[in-house]
Amino acid sequence: MGRGGPTKVMSRDLGALQTGADGVGLMRFGPDQPLRLESGARLDGLEIAYRTFGELNATRSNAVLICHALTGDQHVAGEHPRTGKPGWWTQVVGPGRPLDPAKHFIICSNVVGGCSGSTGPSSINPATGKAYGLTFPVITIPDMVRAQAMLVEALGVETLFAVVGGSMGGMQVLQWAADYPERLFSAICIAAAPRHSAQNIAFHEVGRQAIMADPDWRGGDYAAQGVRPEKGLAVARMAAHITYLSEAALQRKFGRELQRDGLSWGFDADFQVESYLRHQGSAFVDRFDANSYLYITRALDYFDLAHSHGGVLAGAFAKARQVRFCALSFTSDWLYPTIESRSIVRALNAAGCRASFVEIETDKGHDAFFLDEPVLRTALTGFLQSGAQARGLT
Amino acid sequence: MSRQREDFREILRLVRPGSRVLDVGCGEGALLDLLASEKQVDGRGLEISPEGVAACLARGLAVVQGDADRDLADFPTRGFDYAILSQTLQTVREPRTVLTALLRIAERAVVSVPNFGHWRVRLALLTSGRMPMTGSLPEPWWSTPNIHLCTLRDFTLLCDELGVRIEAASALADGRPARPIDPARPVENWRAEQALFLLSRPGSAPAATLSPPAKTSQDLFG
Repeated sequence: MGRGGPTKVMSRDLGALQTGADGVGLMRFGPDQPLRLESGARLDGLEIAYRTFGELNATRSNAVLICHALTGDQHVAGEHPRTGKPGWWTQVVGPGRPLDPAKHFIICSNVVGGCSGSTGPSSINPATGKAYGLTFPVITIPDMVRAQAMLVEALGVETLFAVVGGSMGGMQVLQWAADYPERLFSAICIAAAPRHSAQNIAFHEVGRQAIMADPDWRGGDYAAQGVRPEKGLAVARMAAHITYLSEAALQRKFGRELQRDGLSWGFDADFQVESYLRHQGSAFVDRFDANSYLYITRALDYFDLAHSHGGVLAGAFAKARQVRFCALSFTSDWLYPTIESRSIVRALNAAGCRASFVEIETDKGHDAFFLDEPVLRTALTGFLQSGAQARGLT
Repeated sequence: MSRQREDFREILRLVRPGSRVLDVGCGEGALLDLLASEKQVDGRGLEISPEGVAACLARGLAVVQGDADRDLADFPTRGFDYAILSQTLQTVREPRTVLTALLRIAERAVVSVPNFGHWRVRLALLTSGRMPMTGSLPEPWWSTPNIHLCTLRDFTLLCDELGVRIEAASALADGRPARPIDPARPVENWRAEQALFLLSRPGSAPAATLSPPAKTSQDLFG
């Protein structure tokens, strides 16, 4: 890399994981490498916060990129450096898991527009010396993927053994297949959709309106004014959280159970489900930025993979025939229901791709992909192991 | 595989090396595995159970979860050289639609069915007056997945009606090698316990046939 190329501005081993080296890093791209956005705008001085587990092998053939969901971050496994909590996907990533640092070089980065270290609306705009706020350009799923591709390249990885993600991460996986098929050996898309539906957009709009209706949002300039739109962001999270669970799961978990004996005859959290949602909301504001929430939900709403391929989804996968695909969905997911994954699989088949698909029986809703679903784990393990064999990793 | 199924061996014989194959109802992928290793086919599967699909994934096979009645529509027209439906047609809700779909998706279909006209089935019904249970039809009526059983003659008549060409047919029986048959011969409707057909649409280039092409079925005591 020449002058002004990407630089690791921070990289350290945590040594927290039992196997392999665990790295926390921040990649800064120089002025010669702006991120050119789909909107036509560009981001200079792009920084991407990432984390790696395991080591790149001598043939550089064992790299796996994990794409996180809407409110996820790069801390997919190991310990979260700030909260000390375990990573968000320890069911899938870790020693003896389908993605194992002993076998794979696992990369997970915070999306552009995020608030966990990558350039986003809460970052300082180098041109003004102030936080971007709403002057941050609108970003899209393809923009997130372009930034990931820049990171992966900067880490010395030419082709990924697998790109894996659930929910918004799954959409990034599809975008990878559309934009960088030659850099992929396999792709795993979990509980995702090829576009945002009217209902998906509608729920996001509720969340955004809640944030913008908070007087502390201040037109997005809250950081400069020393406040935070916590109430609005919490309500946004509460509404969204309902879409991540199934009705059956909510009913089983809470039913009409009360917090205390008897009703309050007022508007306290009488029901356990209310208290649960309030907790979800208030815990969320501690770790997430309101403007990032606006930008990332916008990116999701703008996502329509077929649209950029003449309205034909199969067109997006036309160059991905050599990629091994695996799509997974959950029976009780009503956010991105099975029918969405089926439309992906239909398009993959129509494009002549190598597609597999499993619908996992569960009543846990969209969030089942974070949980320990045995069929999910067997399917991932089988798919990755047979892929590893075909790629000569084992 | 310890004991290779006789119908698998027959399918292996029929399928051209290096072709594209869709196995509908592929289970844990044993046949696809065999076709890949012995005939270098580019195989895909459709399987109803998530456990079956997971097992296929572990074998490195590309398999989609779904059922023949509903999900064949998702496969592109003429995306395959062969579509295989082994011992499944009698379990689907719409056998005619499924058969038509197989020949939309693929140039040729390999379909095997149990023959309800087999002498043992007829004898069992005649003597006991109850729904027959045989080696090919082991389940009692109330738990059998076979909701659309047919005889060899029923099947050939359906092919005639749908304009489907029978390129080859063979009789299968448990533990015995496959025997090429002319499915239009009434005696085969008595003798064949199961039958396997290589089907094509009219207009497809003929494949190497293993038995004389079927004539229009004659109306005898078949």
